[in-house]
Amino acid sequence: MTTDLEATLAGHPFFYDMEPEHVAALAAVATPARFGVGKQIIKQGEVADACYLVLDGDAALEIVIPGKGPQVIQTLHAGDIIGWSWLFAPYEWSFDAQALTPVRAIRFDAPALREAKAADPLLNAELMERFAEVLVMRLQAARLQLMDLYGNSR
Amino acid sequence: MNGPLVFARGGLDSLLTALQDAGYVTVGPTVRDDVIAYDTIATSADLPVGLTDEQGPGSYRLVPREDQRLFGHVVGPHAWKRFLSPPRAVVWEGALSADGIEELPRPPAPRYAFVGVRPCDLVGIEIQDRVAAGQGWVSDPDYVSRRDGAFVVVVNCDEPGNNCFCVSMDTGPRARSGFDIALTEVEVDDGLRYLAEAGSADGAAMLAGLDAPAADEAIRDAADTALEEAGHQMGRTMDTDGLKDLLQSNLDHPIWAEIGERCLGCTNCTMVCPTCFCWSVEDSMDLDGTTATRTRRWDSCFTLDFTFIHGGPVRESVGARYRQWFIHKLASWVDQFGSFGCVGCGRCITWCPVGIDLTEEVRRLQSGTEPVAAAIANPEVRT
Amino acid sequence: MAILVDPAPVRPMSPLWGTVASVRRELADTITLHVEPAGGELAFAPGQFTMLYQFGIGEVPISISGDPAQPEQLVQTIRRAGAVTNALCDLLPGDPIGVRGPFGNPWPVEAAEGGDAVFVGGGIGLAPLRPAIFAVLANRARYSDVVLLYGARSPQELLYAQQLREWGARFDMTVLVTVDRGEANWTGSVGVVTKLVRRGPYDPEETTAFVCGPEIMMRFAAAELLKRGVVRSQIYLSMERNMKCGFGSCGHCQTGRMFVCSDGPVFTLRDSARYLRRLER
Repeated sequence: MTTDLEATLAGHPFFYDMEPEHVAALAAVATPARFGVGKQIIKQGEVADACYLVLDGDAALEIVIPGKGPQVIQTLHAGDIIGWSWLFAPYEWSFDAQALTPVRAIRFDAPALREAKAADPLLNAELMERFAEVLVMRLQAARLQLMDLYGNSR
Repeated sequence: MNGPLVFARGGLDSLLTALQDAGYVTVGPTVRDDVIAYDTIATSADLPVGLTDEQGPGSYRLVPREDQRLFGHVVGPHAWKRFLSPPRAVVWEGALSADGIEELPRPPAPRYAFVGVRPCDLVGIEIQDRVAAGQGWVSDPDYVSRRDGAFVVVVNCDEPGNNCFCVSMDTGPRARSGFDIALTEVEVDDGLRYLAEAGSADGAAMLAGLDAPAADEAIRDAADTALEEAGHQMGRTMDTDGLKDLLQSNLDHPIWAEIGERCLGCTNCTMVCPTCFCWSVEDSMDLDGTTATRTRRWDSCFTLDFTFIHGGPVRESVGARYRQWFIHKLASWVDQFGSFGCVGCGRCITWCPVGIDLTEEVRRLQSGTEPVAAAIANPEVRT
Repeated sequence: MAILVDPAPVRPMSPLWGTVASVRRELADTITLHVEPAGGELAFAPGQFTMLYQFGIGEVPISISGDPAQPEQLVQTIRRAGAVTNALCDLLPGDPIGVRGPFGNPWPVEAAEGGDAVFVGGGIGLAPLRPAIFAVLANRARYSDVVLLYGARSPQELLYAQQLREWGARFDMTVLVTVDRGEANWTGSVGVVTKLVRRGPYDPEETTAFVCGPEIMMRFAAAELLKRGVVRSQIYLSMERNMKCGFGSCGHCQTGRMFVCSDGPVFTLRDSARYLRRLER
């Protein structure tokens, strides 16, 4: 099972060109995950104990606004990471995520991943660099969304 | 064409009369509001007799001469574009009725005889001809009819002005072609003479009707010498070698923001420039909503709303607008119309209230001198 | 003296009078006019625009958004933004409308033949793209994959929603739609259209892209296309500037040495990039 996971990870664009021993370290804290349509992947306020790499399917990142109900902020697809709050204290989810279609993902156990990162500075550097790149893209996208590009700017 | 003729002031009056008899509205330099403007003239007495114009950056004064020369001046705030592409002109008029909308006919354009066109301004007219034909077809039929109907009498320049740099732009001080008649005012022992050359069949016919004698060698040599020397007495120069590439590769140069600190965005330069052509359309309707008019009027890239699209103007700062004008005139124009847009007439230098001198700015760019931050108005400007 | 005397085809500032045949409400502030053109037909190429004139009020440049194979119907989508567009949006069937044009350089759809044709639209930018999409679909066999990536602010603001569904239902075209802000009943994608560009189903090396929308959106979409590996000279955008004449004469639309109305409005990314990045401010 571990070898399959390692192969999946190694072949995934997010881990492209990563050292085999790092891939192995990640595979060691990873398990496959499945979510049926409508299933909750993460829930706002709960302990952020996992990080998900979507392999297949669509998920909606949502925030619940009292009086308005759940608002979709962004739709995540294959190749996207769900969940960042596990990286820094207080390790608590800020948003909800729900599967819009059947979702196949890899679940990384957050406490174990944090331990592995802390133990290996090189692994930490690798991971943080890749996460940073994704976060930059997400930030740019979020800014574009905020800019209300299509609005009648009168 | 035959060789040049010569006549005295009376011959010039005969020429004006002949043009008027042929149905032309004769327009030429005349004193208006303390400047030499272009307006209708009847006789040589309407010309700025014995007057000259002292010009500097942001400065213009009419000063009496010691002689009675008719053309002892250069150019004022008017350019010939005010007749060929008038500041305001109705370009379409429609009447709404139960039967629909009918386009009302436009009145015919007057036939002008331009008397006293300086060689630089003649090139300016030819540049505007190329602009009017920019799409391969002439985009302004009214321009064509005014231009085709115009009779052009050039006066060559033997006394360049302080702001003139026609030699640098290869537009003067002598006109080579494109005129119907070219005059050169020459001083001889007993007064002034006008050497007249025909540049077209119409010009030759008009001169033939004046019954003037052929110019002798002495007066022809005197004219040639005076014009030759004038070429060395230009008030300013501009080195155009490599200028287009220099400007197009310096869009981010700090000089633009620095000039933007001085420039008022007043649009004077574009109004007086003989080649500036930007225009806008104003739409209006009469009170009972049955007649709509589209009026074409001069516009200027220096105005804030020139580039306005939803949300705001594209060129917001004065520096950006100045850069647009400058680079258009001395670089983009070459790509668009095959020549510089500047003819070296110096009007923009004279009529700029803060005395910005584009020859000076070109020099600064070429020499790589760092611009002085927030320069005060040019000290040569007199109040 | 006579100068160049090739006469203009018509007096170029004179409107020709078409008749509004029907008005279709697209969005809260956007309508589409179907106009019977003066003379029965107005032939145009995709990406071209007309200057629409409201008697006595003024003119605006509006992209033609109909099918080039049906020149007997002039189709123009207009959003309310000022005096002229408001007057045009209030027109009723039977009303006259002044038309000048068509003007501008078109989308070079032939350039995509033999490869993938990718359309990236944002907001009302779908309107100038639609004729190009019609033209490509009319000769579908000449292209490999045909992809439309479209983004709008919200589900309520998806332009030509019915048309999008029809195209999406075709087996020979992929349509991906996203909105900046979701709504209660929206189960589609939420996020910026640039994200669709990043993961869109096309082969970058075989792709010709046609991008249209607000300038910032085009800039970021083009950046994503480049990152995917689409060649700079195979990315086309449609620029917008203040226009008064439409035929390169009044000077308003000048951007660098280009007249956007006659050298454009369609430009390759290579020719327009410096003006998309530059703060002309």
